[in-house]
Amino acid sequence: MVTMADQQVTTIEPMSLADIAQEHSDEAYKNREAVFEVKDLAVDYSGATAIREVSLDVYKNSVTAFIGPSGCGKSTFIRCFNRMNDLVPGAHVHGDVLYHGKDLYGDDVDPVEVRRRIGMVFQKPNPFPKSIYDNIAFGPRVLGLKGSLDERVERALRQSALWDEVNTRLKESALGLSGGQQQRLCIARCLAVEPDVILMDEPASALDPISTTRIEDLMHDLKREYTIVIVTHNMQQAARVADMTAFFSVDVAPDGNKRTGILVEYDRTSKIFTTPADKRTEDYVTGRFG
Amino acid sequence: MSRSLKGGLFRLALLFSLGVGFLMLGTLLVDVFKDGLPYLDKTLLTNPPSVDPEIAGARPAIIATLYLGGLLLLFTVPIGVFTAIYLEEYADKTRWYNRLLEINIQNLAAVPSIVYGILGLAFLVRGLGLGRVLLAGAMILTLLVLPTVIIASREALRAVPDSIRQGAYALGATQWQVVSRQVLPAAIPGIATGSILSLSRAIGETAPLIMIGAVTYIAFDPTILGPFTALPIQIYQYVRLPQDEFKLLAAACIILLLGILLTLNAFAIWIRNRYRRTW
Repeated sequence: MVTMADQQVTTIEPMSLADIAQEHSDEAYKNREAVFEVKDLAVDYSGATAIREVSLDVYKNSVTAFIGPSGCGKSTFIRCFNRMNDLVPGAHVHGDVLYHGKDLYGDDVDPVEVRRRIGMVFQKPNPFPKSIYDNIAFGPRVLGLKGSLDERVERALRQSALWDEVNTRLKESALGLSGGQQQRLCIARCLAVEPDVILMDEPASALDPISTTRIEDLMHDLKREYTIVIVTHNMQQAARVADMTAFFSVDVAPDGNKRTGILVEYDRTSKIFTTPADKRTEDYVTGRFG
Repeated sequence: MSRSLKGGLFRLALLFSLGVGFLMLGTLLVDVFKDGLPYLDKTLLTNPPSVDPEIAGARPAIIATLYLGGLLLLFTVPIGVFTAIYLEEYADKTRWYNRLLEINIQNLAAVPSIVYGILGLAFLVRGLGLGRVLLAGAMILTLLVLPTVIIASREALRAVPDSIRQGAYALGATQWQVVSRQVLPAAIPGIATGSILSLSRAIGETAPLIMIGAVTYIAFDPTILGPFTALPIQIYQYVRLPQDEFKLLAAACIILLLGILLTLNAFAIWIRNRYRRTW
């Protein structure tokens, strides 16, 4: 049944992605400083290649978004930046990932130290089954960070815009929070160890629109101090929050069996959503594919 | 035959099956309580066995059973939990030796308890020269329930979602920190439940203890390195005596043993409910 309201909605011209696309300001783009330099990266799981031939730079104090259809390897790719793939039996990372010029996969690099510097927020909020306070304090505690734990917890909760909602019930279980609050708690948990980079793997995909907006606002605030990399399959989200956007796609081998993720195009977000260089990117962002 | 009739018949069959169990348990309880209740008094708890049923008790057996239970927990829980942690969190499951280990533990859980008794007699009592002592009994019961405790602990560890591990790793925690501060605390209710249920199984065991020679008549309090008996063996011994009064005394011992087991099981259920968690 079509109601009046539905008809009205359809008559409103939707805001185009090009209109909302975040612009990496010219000045920032000119002075850009690479935090990560990825060179010819490939990941395979027990011999099956998930993603290959990826080269791109991630810039400091900006939001970089990875977009693309399901199975294009964007989650696999983001997990290369904090060596989470090390935890998957049979996973192998080839090529180079330089972090501030240093090889992340060098023999002398301890993955535990990498993860301490490069935090991660997951698709589904994963608070620990502990109190709100203990969730935030877990990182500083295991790392043996100096200074007042109370202050650290408060600062992290303020940074993630959660303090006002939870400051009276820090000792209560984090599992009692709403989904959106849980995700902001996970961001706060990540901030409490003072990372350099925050990786977010579809951080809002399990959340309602209002919670999603809050997470996106948070990213705007946080990029002043942190470098943020986000995987999303929501193009509007990429357009709203990202300065730089990388479009990944699935390359199907001629025999139709092997599917591998590849990087199609990487550029300033405004460019990706207005004048993409590659036909595949254009098809994707205009909704003709995927 | 109409569909509703079929449904009704099925329901009847279910109730019948349930009824068989209830009836058996009920008969047993009524019978045991009728015989044993008059003898369930202070004498039973404080006196050693005697040829006179009026003053005979089961004090050494009760003490030995408590010792056995305590030692059992002391041995089983650390070994069982650490084994489970290794298999679940550290072992590379693609390696053949880890898979072999796993299959072996599954099989050990199915070995009859009398076989453990023979093993205990050969290796602990004779091989190690421990003699027929309480410690040997506790060790053999440990071996008996260890596979069960390992399997229960592994299941508890496996029930902790991977997202918890990933979240902890992502903050820069080491594997040991992830396991000791996140996974293990989250798994403790399951581990405790499994351990307690195993303990109550072991406390009721008779065969392996008879095999290693738990004596049936001791009139003094047992020590860890001395000869011992246990409640199930005491029951067995009293039932075999010719005087009828001893059979009633045995019934009193059974009530006591049932009481201990039910308390343990109730405690396990309480822990499970108290710490039940939903992710």
